Amino acid sequence: MNDVLDVALRLVIVFAVFMVVPLVVGQAEHKVMAHMQGRLGPMYAGGFHGWAQLVADGVKFVQKEDIVPAEADRRVFQLAPAVALLPYLLVLVAIPIGPGEGAVGQVVDAGIFFVLAVMGIGVLGSLMAGWASANKFSLLGGIRTAAQLLAYELPMLLAAASVAMAAGTVSLPGILDAFEWWWLPWQIVGALVFFVAGLAELQRPPFDMPIADSEIIFGAYTEYTGLRFALFLLAEYAGIVVLCALTTVLFLGGWHGPLGADGLGWVWTLLKVAVLAFVVIWLRVSYPRLREDQLQKLAWTTLIPLALAQIALTGIVKVAIN
Amino acid sequence: MPPIPGAGLAKGLAVTLRTMTKKTVTAQYPDAQPELPPRSRGVIALFEENCTVCMLCARECPDWCIYIDSHKETVPAAAPGGRERSRNVLDRFAIDFSLCMYCGICIEVCPFDALFWSPEFEYAETDILELTHERDKLREWMWTVPEPPALDPGAEEPKEIAAARKTADKLRTKREQEAAAEAAPPTPTDPAPTDPAPTDQEGQA
Ligand code: SF4
Ligand code: SF4
Repeated sequence: MNDVLDVALRLVIVFAVFMVVPLVVGQAEHKVMAHMQGRLGPMYAGGFHGWAQLVADGVKFVQKEDIVPAEADRRVFQLAPAVALLPYLLVLVAIPIGPGEGAVGQVVDAGIFFVLAVMGIGVLGSLMAGWASANKFSLLGGIRTAAQLLAYELPMLLAAASVAMAAGTVSLPGILDAFEWWWLPWQIVGALVFFVAGLAELQRPPFDMPIADSEIIFGAYTEYTGLRFALFLLAEYAGIVVLCALTTVLFLGGWHGPLGADGLGWVWTLLKVAVLAFVVIWLRVSYPRLREDQLQKLAWTTLIPLALAQIALTGIVKVAIN
Repeated sequence: MPPIPGAGLAKGLAVTLRTMTKKTVTAQYPDAQPELPPRSRGVIALFEENCTVCMLCARECPDWCIYIDSHKETVPAAAPGGRERSRNVLDRFAIDFSLCMYCGICIEVCPFDALFWSPEFEYAETDILELTHERDKLREWMWTVPEPPALDPGAEEPKEIAAARKTADKLRTKREQEAAAEAAPPTPTDPAPTDPAPTDQEGQA
């Protein structure tokens, strides 16, 4: 009976985090973007600095008509937003926030494999949407998504593999247990590769070429309206949270802080996630969108060699200390 | 020195970060009213007293959105034995702001300075029919018309004042010449007439 309660409680907490944190990131994006561009951002919904803007947006989205194009592949079209969103919820279950059993939704032994594999499914949602919409712009966006997915999954995996090699384990809490502060400079290249590749996989600017609202309207999401469209947006923000959390856990030492962590480890984790989320927004404001060929070039000629070099370095250091 | 790779990228980040720490200058419109320049095109105001119902504005309006109704009134003769005169009295003056394109032609064309731009812009309605504003409303807006901006120090004199002065000068020299011609028989002449005061062309407080 206690087990059931425990599982239920963990699920509820993970779900609550899943619903709240992306909204916080979204609101932060409104504000940070606005100030970086010399504006204010939404100020009215909810009173104080417009904190309820995204909630209001949600209410607005719910009220809108849910349209499925006549020629669309109905089932696939309707399922796509769920496919885009759910993987991030699943990933969140396996990410350790603090030390010990209590701060993980569920310890998965092959944590890295699980997390990266499940995260990859998220992109499938965009592909399904692009294919099922019966719209050439959606299709184009979907195909671009596929090309991007192929290009960036590899550096991401290689960078994660380097950390797994360093720790000698593929379990996420295991990696954190093995973490030493000097891993930061040692794995910095891998961290950069992982983060950039993750951004590209989320199709965040400057890697938002597949959804390019100016060229192909909104890529795979062109035909989506109302709540389903909102789910895609939510998936993007949930994706940011997951990517930042993963980068924190794999490369930044998760709950390890410079000060002795006595049960406050989760604060460090959240802090690092918040800083990374800020960086994600910052990059969005600072850089223009990459062109298709630049995008591919970055992945194949820069990130992958860098990731391979990181693995080599990890191997050498690993052998040296043994 | 060749540029360090990535320097441009870092510079971009620095620019956005610096902008973030600066105060934004956005005016929070519904809370803070914008300070509009005196010639802003907000709405058209009517100064009824100046209007002679000449209909020029209604005819020149490209959108045909000015409605004017009037009737003729007979003014009894001023002096006994004189002739009666007739004049136009304005019954209705309305502008349909749902059609108006704010070209300002009506204001330019009015020879009697009865129409003005007011910077007032908050007159949205939920029904498009309610955007036809009648003379009372147009008159109310009249009181929101700001003083015309002062001329630049070196600017040309306004046309109407220049014209009035020219006429006055001509008159004066003529009188003086006449006075000089008649100087031989020293008859006391009138002093040179004072300039006819330039009419206040703006016709407003
Ligand atoms: S501003 Fe132009 S369109 Fe509007 S009423 Fe005057 S003449 Fe007509
Ligand atoms: S042009 Fe001027 S004077 Fe003539 S009708 Fe229009 S507002 Fe009146």
